Amino acid sequence: MQTDLLQEARRQAEICNACRYCEGYCSVFPALHAERAFSDGNLTQLANLCHNCRGCYYACQYTAPHEFDLNLPQALANVRQDSWEDLAFPRAAGRAFQKNGVLIAVATVIGFALLFWAARALAASGGDGFYAVLSHNAMVAIFLPAFLFPLLSIAISLRRYWRRIGAGPLRLAHLHAALKSASSMRNLSGGHGDGCNFEDEDRFTHARRAVHQAVMYGFLLCFASTSVATVMHYVFDMPAPYGLLSLPKLLGLSGGVLLTLGCVEMIRLKLKSDMALGAQGARGGEMGFVGLLGFVGFSGLLLYALGQTAVMPTLLVIHLGAVLAFFLLTPFTKMAHGFYRLAALAADAQR
Amino acid sequence: MTDPDILVIGGGNAALCAAMTAAEAGARVLILEAAPKPYRGGNSRHTRNFRCMHHGPLGPLVDSYTEDEYLADLMKVTDGKTDEALARLAIRTSEECLPWMQERGVRFQPSLSGTLSLARTNAFFLGGGKGLVNAYYRTAEKLGVAVEYDAAVTHLEREDDRIVRVDYTKDGTTRSLTPRAVVVASGGFQADTDWLARAWGPAAKNFLIRGTPYNRGVVLADLLDQGVEQVGDPTQCHAVAIDGRAPKFDGGIVTRLDCVPFSIVVNKDAQRFYDEGEDVWPKRYAIWGRLVAAQPDQVGYVIIDAKSLDLFMPSVFPPIKAETLPELADKMGLPAEALVQTVERFNAACGDTSGFHPTELDGVATTGLTPPKTNWARPITEPPFYGYSLRTGVTFTYLGLKVDARAQCSIGNRPVANLWAAGETMAGSILGQGYLAGFGMTIGTVFGRIAGQEAAAYAN
Ligand SMILES: Cc1cc2nc3c(=O)[nH]c(=O)nc-3n(C[C@H](O)[C@H](O)[C@H](O)COP(=O)(O)OP(=O)(O)OC[C@H]3O[C@@H](n4cnc5c(N)ncnc54)[C@H](O)[C@@H]3O)c2cc1C
Ligand code: SF4
Ligand code: SF4
Repeated sequence: MQTDLLQEARRQAEICNACRYCEGYCSVFPALHAERAFSDGNLTQLANLCHNCRGCYYACQYTAPHEFDLNLPQALANVRQDSWEDLAFPRAAGRAFQKNGVLIAVATVIGFALLFWAARALAASGGDGFYAVLSHNAMVAIFLPAFLFPLLSIAISLRRYWRRIGAGPLRLAHLHAALKSASSMRNLSGGHGDGCNFEDEDRFTHARRAVHQAVMYGFLLCFASTSVATVMHYVFDMPAPYGLLSLPKLLGLSGGVLLTLGCVEMIRLKLKSDMALGAQGARGGEMGFVGLLGFVGFSGLLLYALGQTAVMPTLLVIHLGAVLAFFLLTPFTKMAHGFYRLAALAADAQR
Repeated sequence: MTDPDILVIGGGNAALCAAMTAAEAGARVLILEAAPKPYRGGNSRHTRNFRCMHHGPLGPLVDSYTEDEYLADLMKVTDGKTDEALARLAIRTSEECLPWMQERGVRFQPSLSGTLSLARTNAFFLGGGKGLVNAYYRTAEKLGVAVEYDAAVTHLEREDDRIVRVDYTKDGTTRSLTPRAVVVASGGFQADTDWLARAWGPAAKNFLIRGTPYNRGVVLADLLDQGVEQVGDPTQCHAVAIDGRAPKFDGGIVTRLDCVPFSIVVNKDAQRFYDEGEDVWPKRYAIWGRLVAAQPDQVGYVIIDAKSLDLFMPSVFPPIKAETLPELADKMGLPAEALVQTVERFNAACGDTSGFHPTELDGVATTGLTPPKTNWARPITEPPFYGYSLRTGVTFTYLGLKVDARAQCSIGNRPVANLWAAGETMAGSILGQGYLAGFGMTIGTVFGRIAGQEAAAYAN
């Protein structure tokens, strides 16, 4: 990892440790105050506990122009971003995509192209609906590895993370605590229930929490929709297409709407927030990722709406291309943060 | 700028409490803050808690803290030099202040790690004083209070018993306003080291100022020169011993050093000068400012060894570290031989240390040593050795404007009809000397509210 970023975070953590005024904002501070000296592992863990709410920046009496020049949200964001790049498997992919919105877009276009090629080359004969465009077996052949590879990659990264921060053996109770905290985004409420300082300097709002919940639950609903459909296909022998009131459709529709709106709002919020309090140079990658995620949701919705029309094959290929890019990029984009965050919360539950 | 009904001078806690109260009562209020926006909020931005009376649990506070106990605590630290009527007024009102503060956006948290002894008496601000100040500026803005930053008041023109004009500088020009009423909440004068030097002698030039550089006492001097009633004298100030490497101004809380009880403290000649183990640190913290001020060059040096390093809160600067005492002396600019001798003499005077207990008066004392160390006296033997330098850090001054229970200033025997004061600038009206942690913010909140109320009633 980059030693200058770690050193700067260490310098600031030592000041916070002598101050402690922000103790109640989030999980970072109690964890920070438990140490006296900060190893690289400590700092990596603190960085992944921080969710960049910025409360501690606006409350800090030592921010620039003060000579102590505190900007803890940025210092931790830099270490966090660097840790995602450094722990990625393969590492080069993390370094390539994390900060690079253009590369994410390029990867997405390659995803489209791949699917167009697949639709041509593996054109189905005799399938219904979507499967007329691409046979079910072809879809599985493409998406199963595209789904399993990221899981493997993330598992390797999380193992690396666990080693780096020097955490103890994982117990169910730790995982439970982490999931509980993440599902309500307890920390995003700012420790006092007023939310984050994301939109308008020191004004506390819930916008970011609400938007983040929309994106997360939207994504999970879409994911559930696909999972349910898979089960229906294999276990109950009920292949797609499904009716409007079927479970996959209901889950997918509500998820798609949440995901799309959430991503649009997230981009708007990010544009309003002060860039100097986030990870340096990471905005392109973040926007690229949120854009891709939103596009997955949006193209899925379009597909629902126009599934019976002549544009369906094109839309399907575009949607599936985006999904493919999204899956493959998961370990190397902002998407990975969810996994690291869960790991950080679980490790914190050990404290 | 049209003339406001009420002009509030200063932009810290007392000023904001006065401004919000007056605006809620329907007055048009303008705040003139000498500091630029990033440094708004004076010393209040450095605070962490306020002391609050309460019957039963209240907000973050546990148990009860009664008026009489609060007053007794105050009397103890001030040696009885307290205006009891005003003190009781502040104490009694503090209870309703806590919810009042919450309604205006202040958020509290349980007492910070390392300060559990205050969980019953002091309510801690989430994010510290700057969090509080930010919330108040937001609320004031919603109430229509106007704020000018970089606006330093230079003069209040008085005719008989009224302030008729206020002059201030902004963007290099002098401007004037004719408000109907004025609230002074511009703090003490500690940032004017020339003034400190006039009162203290040249030694004061070596003092560090823990808080804002903007509290230079300009308004205070202007009013006292015109015969507005004074309280306290300029030699009284709250000063503590802080890390000698702290910046000249605005070092705030992180420069505090809690290691003195586990150390020996020497002057620049490597001689000890006071009992480092006299009492637990929170009770002795405030006398060390004066002790260090009385040493040559106003500097002290704390020496500890490896076994004591983890017994106190970390401070912002790492200690100076060396494997041997002569090497440490060298690094700290102390005479090596003298330091070794002082430490050897101290070590020889230490006795049985088996009863050592870092958080209680353990009676582990030296024998036959002057000055003695009466608690936590363990020989300094275990390398590496660590050192910190100590300097006097001034928190605030006591000289101020004398006010009555309505926060009103007076001249001769009559009140100044449209002049009120709140916060540090009138705290001497209540405290003759000494200080009780968290009482500064209580005074500012209580008297800020009173001043705002009275000024609004007058202006309406
Ligand atoms: C490091 C530190 C920690 C402290 N911690 C605590 C604590 O935890 N609890 C507690 O109760 N007390 C604490 N205190 C004391 C506390 O800061 C004061 O009692 C309190 O803040 C005083 O509030 P105030 O509004 O009167 O003054 P301030 O907050 O100092 O405000 C004075 C304001 O007046 C402005 N000003 C000055 N001159 C002019 C001028 N000529 N024209 C216009 N504006 C002017 C200044 O810029 C400033 O905004 C601490 C002090 C320090 C230094
Ligand atoms: S961010 Fe600033 S105010 Fe908060 S704990 Fe750190 S130094 Fe203190
Ligand atoms: S930005 Fe928010 S989450 Fe991160 S350390 Fe500061 S208060 Fe905690």
